[in-house]
Amino acid sequence: MKNLVELIDVSLSYGKTLAVSNLNMKVPEGSFAAVVGPSGCGKSSLMKLVTGLMLATTGAVVVDGHEISGPVSIVGMAFQNPNLLPWRTTLENVMLPLEVVRPERHQLRAKKKEFTERAMDLLRIVGLESFANHYPWQLSGGMQQRASLCRSLIHQPRLLMLDEPFGALDAFTREELWDVLQTIWLERRFTAILVTHDLREALYLADDVHVMSNRPGCVARTVNTGAFSRPRGEQTFIDPAFNENVMELRADIRAQRMPIEMAATGAPTTPAGAAR
Amino acid sequence: MNMMERAGPIVLPLALLILWELACKAFDIPPFVLPSPSMVMVALYNNAFVIWFHSSQTLYTTVVGFAVAVAFGAFLGILVGSSRLAYTSLYPMLVGFNSVPKVAIVPILVVWFGIGTVPAIVTAFMLSFFPIAVNVATGLATIEPDLRDVLRSLGASQLDIVRKIGIPRSMPYLFASLKISITLAFVGSVISETLASNRGIGTLMTQASANFNIPLVFAGLVVIALMGIVMYMMFAFVEKRMTGWATRGATFGIGG
Repeated sequence: MKNLVELIDVSLSYGKTLAVSNLNMKVPEGSFAAVVGPSGCGKSSLMKLVTGLMLATTGAVVVDGHEISGPVSIVGMAFQNPNLLPWRTTLENVMLPLEVVRPERHQLRAKKKEFTERAMDLLRIVGLESFANHYPWQLSGGMQQRASLCRSLIHQPRLLMLDEPFGALDAFTREELWDVLQTIWLERRFTAILVTHDLREALYLADDVHVMSNRPGCVARTVNTGAFSRPRGEQTFIDPAFNENVMELRADIRAQRMPIEMAATGAPTTPAGAAR
Repeated sequence: MNMMERAGPIVLPLALLILWELACKAFDIPPFVLPSPSMVMVALYNNAFVIWFHSSQTLYTTVVGFAVAVAFGAFLGILVGSSRLAYTSLYPMLVGFNSVPKVAIVPILVVWFGIGTVPAIVTAFMLSFFPIAVNVATGLATIEPDLRDVLRSLGASQLDIVRKIGIPRSMPYLFASLKISITLAFVGSVISETLASNRGIGTLMTQASANFNIPLVFAGLVVIALMGIVMYMMFAFVEKRMTGWATRGATFGIGG
């Protein structure tokens, strides 16, 4: 299958700091990729690179067959903070991208009914149809995040970028939303890239889990989760192979973290012990 | 709101007035030092026509100056809040300008425009546009970066972001500043009238104090205060209708 997103030897630096370097990653069209890594490894930089909000310092970011040189409009984004506009109802919030993205922004009046229908469809999938006319402050955190998810999908993007979208939710709500996301994805089959700290989340949702190294970040290892059949559910969590994978990923990340901790706490004592 | 909260705004001023009245009687304070509230009321009643003549002028210059300040301040705020270039190049100048005592500018205005209406309008404007500009700029400059990214990734221009998010988002800031600015606008026009005018509450008070008619001076002060309160309440009301989303859950507004 052809790759919708491909990063080739990408590096990105902010001034003197190198955030990512030698980053190579392929995301086939229609697949679900997850990116995990120690904190500060450049996961958010990856988001900005793929969406074209930031341009690679060296290397190439290829999206849909073209090396990108600015924001790509085939993308939808959702973040840890749902960022709903408090003066708009849920429905109006969900429809915000249609007022901006081309060509829909010019068809707002002509296709109002169709667009509203589209938004209501999404709200129905995430179970918010009866809250379409509520304001964000009338929704719980999980409901706001569902609305944010709908907003990121309303313009039917071919690529969905998720930056720790469930990071601020409680464990029950989070797992509930994993299934909501899986349901939408199985139905629509867009390409998705999920950046997360949660290893179970990554393995549960993604086809490929990319482990990033310490800063400057690059892909240290890629784990394919094809062994776990979809739709995944309760049975996936109790699958011993799934839990083994989680443990392996944890070990990977710990290995990536090691150098920092050695330098910070281990360094003063180790040389003295070694000398004796 | 319970009974106490409802009664508070009426009971407290009344109590203060009674205390003031009693103090004047008890210590036998001469009216040209501190007139009692009852004497001020009498002065208000006896000079109702004169006071109306002058206060209508003050209200007129204040409202015109303030209206210009809202338009100009909002425009400036949007400019400074949405463009880095505008921010870095305009902000120091604005701060500098706002630090200049406006009393010192009135004589210059008189040289340019003569005495009377125009200097009062200009002074009211100069005193009141700055808080509006700063507040609107703050509302725009504090858009969440993630939200900005969401729109930018969809191909939104800076103008789109300002229109869809920036301006609605800065509305509560705008209204907070209007409540401050309207009172400053009154200060501005009264300053100008005090220095250079034949008409206006400022003029009336200057003349009255020259004649040692201190109760009339106090009557002027009362009228200005009342006009300020009425205008403030008007904006508080409009604010509540337009930006209720920003203060929901609180039974009181966030005062300016």
